[in-house]
Amino acid sequence: MNKQMTAAQAVAQLRDGMTIGIGGWGPRRKPMALVREILRSDLKELTVVAYGGADVGMLCAAGKVKKVVFAFVSLDFIPLEPYFRKARQSGSIEVMEIDEGMMLLGLRAASWGIPFIPTEVGLGTDIITQNPDIKVIDSPYDDKEWVAMPALKLDASLIHADKADVRGVCQIAGPDHYMDDWFARAAAKTYVSCDELVETDYFHDPAQARMVHWERSMTTGVIPIAGGAHPTSCSPLYGFDVPHFKAYTASAKDDEGIQGYLNKYLGASEDDYQRNVGGLDAIRAIELPSY
Amino acid sequence: MTAATDYTLAELCIVAASQSFADEGETLGTGIGVIPRLAASLAMKTTNPDLMMTDSEAWMLSEPNPVGKRSADFVPATESWMGFSRIFDNVWSGKRHAMLGPTQIDKFGQSNTSALGGTYDKPKVMMLGARGFPGNSISHPNSFFVPDHNTRVFMDGECDFVSSIGYNPARLPRGHSLDDIDIRLVITNLCVMDFGGPDHQVRLVSLHPGVAVEQVQKNTGYPVFIPDTVPTTEAPTAAQLDIIAALDPHNQRAHQIKGNPPGNRALTEA
Repeated sequence: MNKQMTAAQAVAQLRDGMTIGIGGWGPRRKPMALVREILRSDLKELTVVAYGGADVGMLCAAGKVKKVVFAFVSLDFIPLEPYFRKARQSGSIEVMEIDEGMMLLGLRAASWGIPFIPTEVGLGTDIITQNPDIKVIDSPYDDKEWVAMPALKLDASLIHADKADVRGVCQIAGPDHYMDDWFARAAAKTYVSCDELVETDYFHDPAQARMVHWERSMTTGVIPIAGGAHPTSCSPLYGFDVPHFKAYTASAKDDEGIQGYLNKYLGASEDDYQRNVGGLDAIRAIELPSY
Repeated sequence: MTAATDYTLAELCIVAASQSFADEGETLGTGIGVIPRLAASLAMKTTNPDLMMTDSEAWMLSEPNPVGKRSADFVPATESWMGFSRIFDNVWSGKRHAMLGPTQIDKFGQSNTSALGGTYDKPKVMMLGARGFPGNSISHPNSFFVPDHNTRVFMDGECDFVSSIGYNPARLPRGHSLDDIDIRLVITNLCVMDFGGPDHQVRLVSLHPGVAVEQVQKNTGYPVFIPDTVPTTEAPTAAQLDIIAALDPHNQRAHQIKGNPPGNRALTEA
């Protein structure tokens, strides 16, 4: 089955009001080209579930978001995401704020078709008091109370991988695939942008196949976009773009806000965008961060 | 071991904070931020060679990585994969001790990393979010590092948003006891504290050289339990300073506490 498509074709399959999971972590390996295609679309009222970075900030600032399910939204080296911060401080979005591990449990529950996973995480904190939808339940096996972390069922997930074949076998060769396998499993449809399209026999080498973290049946669409994670990193191919993130953060203080940023960079296509940020070679030359 | 006389407050804090990890044995030590990370690294190199650490990315190390950019030929001492999803398996096993720096810490030891002021739907200042604090706080021991000890961090009343569980009887989950919660040391630019006072009251453990008890109380928005005798925080040894310097070749520690003051403030003020 050939699942190759364009970013526009993938985004055309999304609908207003959907719950969308976004893979990656903060400023790392986010499917930013797909996020940019949403920014170019009429989509709105989305619920976004993510270990958030500029993906969440941009979608909030562009008025695409009704609700964010998050444990953090951060650019790491710039701790506070400027546009998420604005959205929260203006009260313009609903939120479900949970612990990082609770998000993992919610994705697992959705993946496994169960309504919740019991956990101690969240007890005694405002995660419980501020989320009336998250129930605290009795255990049939002991006398303690437990948080019933509900399944986070996703209508669609967006993920960026290093390599994929057209059948949807996706490889993440960077050191961490984060929770992307669970985002793929928890979603009805999963769209994966990749830096490089490869032939299926690339995975005949077990060392390469070892870095495939979900089955191709979980992949709905494959969208080859070299540099598609920019300005986030795609280790080992390129790091995150520090000057670009600084400019993005600074734009939140300008009168024009996100519109100024989008006018300068977004363009009508990913080709436009990459030209506006200096081209693919410049993206691929960005040094990996040292932690 | 001879105590050094020339050391910075950051170095004093690293050595004091490393005590958190000294008796932990084979557990994952996670220090978020330069001083906590150097504290865990120092413990691994000295008092607790069994400590486990990651590279702050996705690998477990058998030797801590120096902080900051490393030379192209540097080979990290990886011993296993330890991506973020696996971190949670470790967290929930309890075999971890994290040291973090929240924005607020209240008299119950509850902390806030999420939002300040306003209402929850429209906070005055949105911060990071709860991150992993809820899970850390109920799963394993935790310590705090506070580079600027003041009444905004150690504020009167309860945290604006409770990200991590503390010794608050009103929030105690059914079937749990306050003793299930395990907050260890609070290292600040003034002193070391813990929650070992009566009924888990915050308690002064040691004062940094040149700091008075009154200074600690004045900068804490709730009563601090003061034992009859309060020792001075132990000065780093020359050997410890050498190890810290090797672990932090770019001297990032100099930028962690405002003004990078000397460890013994009595010397500068005299």
